[in-house]
Amino acid sequence: MIYLDNAATSWPKPPEVLRGMTDALERSGGNPGRSGHRLSIEAARLIYDTRELLADFFNSGDPLGVIFAGNATHALNLAIYGLLRPGDRVVTTSMEHNSVMRPLRHLERKGVEVCIVPCARDGTVDPAQIAQVVTPGTRLVVSVYASNVVGTIMPVKEIAAIAHGAGALLLVDAAQAAGALPIDMQDAGIDLLAFTGHKALLGSPGIGGLVIRAGVDASQIEPLMRGGTGSQSEIEEHPDFLPDRFESGTPNLVGIASLKAGIEWLKEKGLDAVREHEKDLTRRLIEGLSDIPGLHVYGTLDAEKCVAIVSFTAEKKTVSEIGMRLDEEYGVLVRVGLHCAPAAHKTIGSFPEGTVRLAPGIFTTHTEVDIAVKAVAEVVKT
Amino acid sequence: MMYGVVLFHTTAAAMQAEKVLSKAGLKVKLIPTPREFSSDCGIALRFEWEQRAQVESLLACKKVDTASLRQM
Repeated sequence: MIYLDNAATSWPKPPEVLRGMTDALERSGGNPGRSGHRLSIEAARLIYDTRELLADFFNSGDPLGVIFAGNATHALNLAIYGLLRPGDRVVTTSMEHNSVMRPLRHLERKGVEVCIVPCARDGTVDPAQIAQVVTPGTRLVVSVYASNVVGTIMPVKEIAAIAHGAGALLLVDAAQAAGALPIDMQDAGIDLLAFTGHKALLGSPGIGGLVIRAGVDASQIEPLMRGGTGSQSEIEEHPDFLPDRFESGTPNLVGIASLKAGIEWLKEKGLDAVREHEKDLTRRLIEGLSDIPGLHVYGTLDAEKCVAIVSFTAEKKTVSEIGMRLDEEYGVLVRVGLHCAPAAHKTIGSFPEGTVRLAPGIFTTHTEVDIAVKAVAEVVKT
Repeated sequence: MMYGVVLFHTTAAAMQAEKVLSKAGLKVKLIPTPREFSSDCGIALRFEWEQRAQVESLLACKKVDTASLRQM
């Protein structure tokens, strides 16, 4: 079996991640911040250490600004609904996932002005075009870090400068980028970063978060949920300090443990080495697929400009047939269709059919890429 | 031995304080917050009262957010 669906969720996970998860339940099984006995404190320590690890990994400058959530969608909803009010203006790109588009379209009906900057067919965005529409009074700019359809990396540092120039905040959807590319929030000027744990960060599903850069005024973000925090229990009002302001209810300790182990594993390997390996695989995949007659490969076709995601369509075969045959006849697992990003497919010209998406991961080998390319060539021919 | 406790708004700050003070070689321990002080956050940090000044300076210097500091 060749797993090329790492953009949906990474597989396999390093053994250290699985061990981290069982260790968390065995050794830190208390409810963090609630009881104060040794198991409760052990759990709180594990969670705090992970906050520090994440703040350092993304260079956000403040571990208390690391807010755990269920996934990137949850984190994006927290930021978007927390910041935007009727009458506000928000700018985003045409490469966004529905986890950004749907909340924005919903808010649009409630009186938020939504401006979507069109991107080029290879998924790139021209910062000058963003600058034209990020007018003073714009409250928020939302951009994906790397597209989940074609992998294209966005110029987030330039977008941040534009947003800040107009007094707006920048929210970045790093679902595909976190763990795949080095991210420096302070250097890039990313105010809010939404990530998920189960993709390139190699953790389990069900854990993600929103990282708030040091210096960003979190009091302007309304919490999505309110409830028990283990703090200020004598008061019926929800606390306003970080991270409790945005976290209530018992957290996903096992998920957080998986995230910690995943990041430690990546740091041990070296994120640069991980990136180099995935670039190699991507280059090989792009070259191999581009040589197949009747195939259209989307995106920049440049491994330097994208994460490990390659999308294609074939002239004579539907994407669903290709996906099914790759799985059944060759054991090559991919994702086909619209990948929850209709706007991105409209941008690259593959709407409504969608594409076949191949996403190698850190454990994918060159040989596996070669076998997959050969399988694609045979499937589209016969 | 006389002890003091640092009270916090949030558990995360208690964990942060423990790290800072342990690293500096102080004998501290995370304990359930004594009921007579506050119910602010379930966990408080116990320290040796004679090290009070050092506790205060280290936490201030590392910008750890505390609620209050009491003698036990």
